[in-house]
Amino acid sequence: MEVLGLLSDGFLIAFEPLNLGLVIFGAAVGLFIGAMPGLGSVNGVAILLPMTFLVPPTSAVIFLGAIYYGAMYGGAISSIMLGIPGASTAVATTFDGRPMALKGEADKALVAAALASFVGGTISIILFTAFAPPLAEVALAFGPPEEFALMILAFATFVGLGGDDIPKTMFSIFIGLVLSAVGFDIVSGEPRLIFFDLTGFSHGINFLVLAIGIYGIGEMLWTVETSRGSVAMSSATVSVKRTMAALKELMGTWKTMLMGSFLGYFVGILPAAGATPGSLMAYGIAKTVAKDPETFGKGNINGVVAPEAANNAASTGSMLPMLTLGIPGSPTTAILLGGMVIWGLEPGPMLFVEHKEFVWGLIASLYAANLFALLINIAFIPAFIAVLRLPFTILAPIIFVLCVVGGYVPTLDMHDVWLMLIFGVVGYLMRKLDYPLAPAVLAIVLGPLAERSMRQSLIGSHGDMMTFFERPISGTIMVIAIILLVMPLIKVIRQRSKGETA
Amino acid sequence: MRKAELIMALVMLVFSVYLMWKSAELPIGWIPEEGPGGGAFSFWLGAGMVICCITIIVRWAKRQSPPSQSDEPFMDREAMTLFFVISGSLAAMIGGIHVVGVYFSVPIFMAFYMRYLGRHSWKLIAAISVVTPIVTFFFFEIALLKTLPKGITEPLFYPLYDIFL
Repeated sequence: MEVLGLLSDGFLIAFEPLNLGLVIFGAAVGLFIGAMPGLGSVNGVAILLPMTFLVPPTSAVIFLGAIYYGAMYGGAISSIMLGIPGASTAVATTFDGRPMALKGEADKALVAAALASFVGGTISIILFTAFAPPLAEVALAFGPPEEFALMILAFATFVGLGGDDIPKTMFSIFIGLVLSAVGFDIVSGEPRLIFFDLTGFSHGINFLVLAIGIYGIGEMLWTVETSRGSVAMSSATVSVKRTMAALKELMGTWKTMLMGSFLGYFVGILPAAGATPGSLMAYGIAKTVAKDPETFGKGNINGVVAPEAANNAASTGSMLPMLTLGIPGSPTTAILLGGMVIWGLEPGPMLFVEHKEFVWGLIASLYAANLFALLINIAFIPAFIAVLRLPFTILAPIIFVLCVVGGYVPTLDMHDVWLMLIFGVVGYLMRKLDYPLAPAVLAIVLGPLAERSMRQSLIGSHGDMMTFFERPISGTIMVIAIILLVMPLIKVIRQRSKGETA
Repeated sequence: MRKAELIMALVMLVFSVYLMWKSAELPIGWIPEEGPGGGAFSFWLGAGMVICCITIIVRWAKRQSPPSQSDEPFMDREAMTLFFVISGSLAAMIGGIHVVGVYFSVPIFMAFYMRYLGRHSWKLIAAISVVTPIVTFFFFEIALLKTLPKGITEPLFYPLYDIFL
């Protein structure tokens, strides 16, 4: 019951006027960003993080958490109205959301998406509240070898479960880690990787430079290219009567909502999986267990409910390893983690001991953000539909300017702005060639932590590598990581031997 | 697509080798009783990147990756124009910040973008390109106390500093 006490303290923090205002504002901004085709939570959090230096860290993370949630709700709006996913996490929502809109049931699909998001969000936060403190307690016993093993595991999940081209995934992880090593050697203090002797590299490469480059500039270039041509927008008739009728029909989908929520939460915990695969899996399961699978893809309401419950649940799930272990579960939480470092908070289980107000304020505000995102979403459906009519040629330059200024502010160095432009352009070109970029962002955030924990462990063990395998917890984690790393290799060999016998 | 994948892999290969060479400025070997030297972390990561690039090139040659099987152009003419116009104007804006500062470079960029790519009316363009820098000034310089670069236009801001700071 100690948890309830801490949670109620958290609510006191979340309901402070400044924080509550930020929750409502953040949820609205998130909905707006999510509703824009192409932009999702990760873009919103990356671009707006530098703006949060205005408020204290707890308020800043509450604001960003609200954006995260709002964007998960908002992604469905463009999926349904335009048939273009508002974010990759809302891809599965287009499968049935778009056909529903074409049948003239756009409002029903929007209400279904909002309510499912709410249920997914709420269930996952309850699970989060229950799981986080015990996990943090276990994690308190972790030393540098365990920390390092966990990071190896996080990267291994990208290779084993990511589903992208493996050499390209590994390349992305390596380059992120190398970029994080620029600056000074942490043990000897000697300058390291100062390219062309530019002094700008001596303060290291701030993760925000890479994150804004890829998720701000790179994403905008991508969206400009893919959103060429005209898009047909569905019309929606919204009335209180129709909304009530839709809510009634949604009562019948509670099983799908529950399934999506639980599935999304657990998939969301894995660094490589997260909201996009979570929502696709939930859609798949909803279709498999349905009595009428043939209606899926033609406008079945369960096909909207399942992925939307799952993607919101996954966004909470990805916060669990971030807060308790200091290992982000998604690119968005990777950026939040990087933000915590800038705010002077050491990520990891010690947060639950040393910064109770931060952790519980955030958790409580997630409950609040979820509720406000639902209310704002349903009340202002017409307003968010209007967002979709906003010409992209007005939004794009504003976002570019935000990126440039946001890239400058953390270090006050123009060098970083140029670097950000290079990362954005190169990142965009690489993305076109199927290089996954999320691992690089995760790597640049985790890189300094990974190198430090590795070298601390080795200094502690007098240079004996076996320290990672001899300790029971780190040994187990390492073995799982190695299995994940070799799994794709085994698959290839199996397929080959099958091919030869067949 | 095919050519682009090969070029990217080759460029990254060269970059990886450069990284390894650059890392070797620090000890990359094993220091007894302490573990790896200061450059080892990045050196071996660079080596990993080299291996990845070679694998990508081998898979390219065997036509195993989706881009290497695709006959589509990497970018069509229109995409190419958009790409060069946008990234070029962004670079021009960032370059302009060094000379005339944020508050003059930004509106020029926005006006160009909205007019050239969006064909919006001059009235709308003027409104947005004037309001954005004003909001930026109050948010960053006054509220956050972060001074943005102003280049040669710095003296114009002295009266504003006197009023607000």
